[in-house]
Amino acid sequence: MATEAAHGHDQQWLVHHQYEDYEQQSESYIVGMWAFLVTEIMFFGALFLAYVLYRWQYQPEFYLIHKDLDWVMGGINTTVLLFSSLAVALAVRCAMLQDRKGVLGWLTVTQLCAAGFLVIKYFEWSHKYHKGVWLGEGFKWGEGVTKYAQDVSANTAQLFYSLYYCMTGLHGFHVVIGIIVIGILMRMWFKNNPLVTKDYVPTELVGLYWHFVDLVWIFLYPLFYLMPR
Amino acid sequence: MASDSTHLSHNHHVQPVGMYMKVFGALVVLMVATIAVAQVEALKEYSLLNNFIAMGIAVTKATLVVLFFMGVKFSSALTKIFVLLGFSWFFMLFFMFCDYFTRSWEPVPGWTGTSQETAMPRENRWSEGFDRLK
Amino acid sequence: MSAVDIRTEEAPRHAPQPSYLQNGHTIKSWLLTGDHKRIAILYLISTGFFFFLGSIAAGAIRWQLTSPRGELMTLEVYNKMFSAHGVIMVFMFLVPTIPAVLGNFLVPIMIGARDLAFPRLNLASWYMYMVGGVLILVAMAMGGVDTGWTFYTPYSSIYSSSQVSLTLVGAFIVGFSSIFTGLNFIVTIHKMRAPGMTWDRLPLYIWSHYATSIIIILATPVVAITLLCVVLERAFRIGIFSPELGGDPVLFQHLFWFYSHPAVYIMVLPGMGIISELMSAFSRKPVFGYKFIAGSSLAIAAIGFLVWGHHMFVSSQSMYQGLVFSLLSFVVAVPSAIKVFNWTATMWKGSVRLQTPMIYALCFMGLFVVGGLTGLYLSTLATDVHLTATYFVVAHFHYVMVGGTILAYLGGLHFWWPKMTGRMYPDSWGKLSAIIIFVGFNLTFFPQFILGFLGMPRRYATYALAPQFQFYHILSTAGATVLGIGFLIPLFYLSWSLKHGPKAGKNPWGAKGLEWTVDSPPITTNFYETPIVDRPVYDYDPEEEERQFQIELDAEREMREKLAATRGGQD
Repeated sequence: MATEAAHGHDQQWLVHHQYEDYEQQSESYIVGMWAFLVTEIMFFGALFLAYVLYRWQYQPEFYLIHKDLDWVMGGINTTVLLFSSLAVALAVRCAMLQDRKGVLGWLTVTQLCAAGFLVIKYFEWSHKYHKGVWLGEGFKWGEGVTKYAQDVSANTAQLFYSLYYCMTGLHGFHVVIGIIVIGILMRMWFKNNPLVTKDYVPTELVGLYWHFVDLVWIFLYPLFYLMPR
Repeated sequence: MASDSTHLSHNHHVQPVGMYMKVFGALVVLMVATIAVAQVEALKEYSLLNNFIAMGIAVTKATLVVLFFMGVKFSSALTKIFVLLGFSWFFMLFFMFCDYFTRSWEPVPGWTGTSQETAMPRENRWSEGFDRLK
Repeated sequence: MSAVDIRTEEAPRHAPQPSYLQNGHTIKSWLLTGDHKRIAILYLISTGFFFFLGSIAAGAIRWQLTSPRGELMTLEVYNKMFSAHGVIMVFMFLVPTIPAVLGNFLVPIMIGARDLAFPRLNLASWYMYMVGGVLILVAMAMGGVDTGWTFYTPYSSIYSSSQVSLTLVGAFIVGFSSIFTGLNFIVTIHKMRAPGMTWDRLPLYIWSHYATSIIIILATPVVAITLLCVVLERAFRIGIFSPELGGDPVLFQHLFWFYSHPAVYIMVLPGMGIISELMSAFSRKPVFGYKFIAGSSLAIAAIGFLVWGHHMFVSSQSMYQGLVFSLLSFVVAVPSAIKVFNWTATMWKGSVRLQTPMIYALCFMGLFVVGGLTGLYLSTLATDVHLTATYFVVAHFHYVMVGGTILAYLGGLHFWWPKMTGRMYPDSWGKLSAIIIFVGFNLTFFPQFILGFLGMPRRYATYALAPQFQFYHILSTAGATVLGIGFLIPLFYLSWSLKHGPKAGKNPWGAKGLEWTVDSPPITTNFYETPIVDRPVYDYDPEEEERQFQIELDAEREMREKLAATRGGQD
């Protein structure tokens, strides 16, 4: 089934001076990336904790407010992100096989998905913004929201939307960073930079980051858009 | 040793495309499942059960992504340990709920209801449910 | 010193290379360096600078408190002064200093690596540190913060009109600098060890840095996002910590201490690692109970995550949680005690040489024990209600932070100074400074235990209603002056030694460990060729060492008798 990748010990020139060999270097990079992702988990973790606390405390209110979010839009975004994750995974696979066209193709798909995600997010946010459902003093609640949600006090609604904007905003920020990083990676592949064409690890690291962005959304979607009563 | 992995070796195997497709298919199916469960009227009353289902599906999806897309299944023991550490330590945060779950146990002398509508109440309002909104 | 590693005596098989200090002289070669040793020096200078600033703020606080009415500054300025002291000392000095200076310098050398795993990330960490530091300084120049270093909501999020946001952004960025360092250490310790450097041959210094790094990467992100939420709260009123909207201000304390209590161990664990090295090197004995000390570092890292609630006994958290946290806080004292007992046992029947680093280590032991044991008073629910937010707490954590961390740092700096610079400093001056610091420190902070017990609250600018406290405050201020002088003395003789100190050689202390087999100062790649570790750690032979020690002592006594005899003859 699985085929051995075409990497041997001819890669000594890629190895930085502090490492003994290529194996040690690539393993260090991957462990380092995971250690970084561990910090990212804790970074989002505090917000998830706040979410769970207030959801537990204000479950009925939150349930009514969440009806104002469009689960179809969220669902489309979930699909888009899942597909982008697949595209990155395939791009990394192509990088292992040193298939330049494949990598560039799949990364382009990823970028399109990421952009699509942000566009949909933009529509969701701007729709809310125009209704006055926004952060800050000018928070308006009542007009233009679904009739269930109108029963809820504006304060609790604002708390809900604070969590919503913080968590999806932080996630969106990670998407933007991802787009930039993938852009840089694509440029390197495009220019045939041997640092990426001869060594699959940089592509793999970017891939790991992008999958993490996907992971966060996998949790955000049911938590915000599909809340049970 | 210089690297625990030199001997385990970093022989990253290129996985067949079919595997990625299968995983993606499973992810989409699971997503549809979680949406479907959320729409079932009969289940909506069972908040706790429903949350468990939704989170269970999300955890399954996340596991699929971590194991296959991120390739943890095929990577070294050290990477696996870090992945486990990260995801399990996240739950350490929830030790905080020892506080929030037990706040309502203690009677607080002189606590009146006046500020309850604005401040975070000490009593658990989960049980009151929707009644208080009426 | 006779105990020299055999390998160091072999004739060099390689042409000598310039040391890391000589390898490039331009400013650019320092500011764009990837060399962990140069970055350590950059950190040494910058953390030293921030320590100086923090000390000035401390001096101003002590000066204010000499009179019950506090005539030196207004109440507002006083608030900003103690906040500046706290913010600078904690975020800019205590958290980064040992890992970023001594850790950066020594972790790769001790495990036989040429550099850290990610040199550019290491440099980025220094730049993040500087950017965060500059932001905090700018915030202070624009008026400062008055929230204390803990930034408790809702005061910090709603009411304070000082420069909270900018300071928080600064602290946020410094947090990332520390994450980068921790990440680097973890990967380096896992992947870059020399052949033969198995986990049970790692110096305890490495073990404690490993435990520290684990805490850093698991805890720091939590406080980073929490501080960011406070910034958002100030900007947008997001309500997560605001009772107005139904949020819980105590949640901020939970999240803050979820980092900041483990952060106490970020500060003190590397110090404990240094003490393990010093105890062994100056007793010429293997560390007693190696496995227990290594394990206790990891135990502290793990249990340290579960005790944060003891900062919040009176914060309106549930008293049932208070009970649990009180119990766990007692539990976390056990691994610290294991370390102290093992260090003591290391000295037992050792050939103890009282040189400067050892004096610092002994001072550490005394002060850390006082700091640790008074911690037990504070983790007891009932006594804490009386003692919380008094000077008792202030004295307690200064005994741990200054008496523990800073003395260990100075001890380590004196121990590895010859390695870092290639020069020795005058030992007698070193001993003098250690003793002055010890005396000054106790004079400063011991009266504060009494003050706190009598009821003097911390953070108060005046105590006009209790003028009987003035005696203790004046004692404390006098002690602070002595302490300040004690800190200045090393600055002078260490700078002096840079030019005029005698050359140190590879192993001036006769200590074991890979760092003593390389040149002083080391070459840029540390080793001419990758070392192979074929012996256990702390490979001292106590009997041989004792024999050697006796010979040295006899020679010294003979010399002294001769001197006495000649002097007697002259009289």
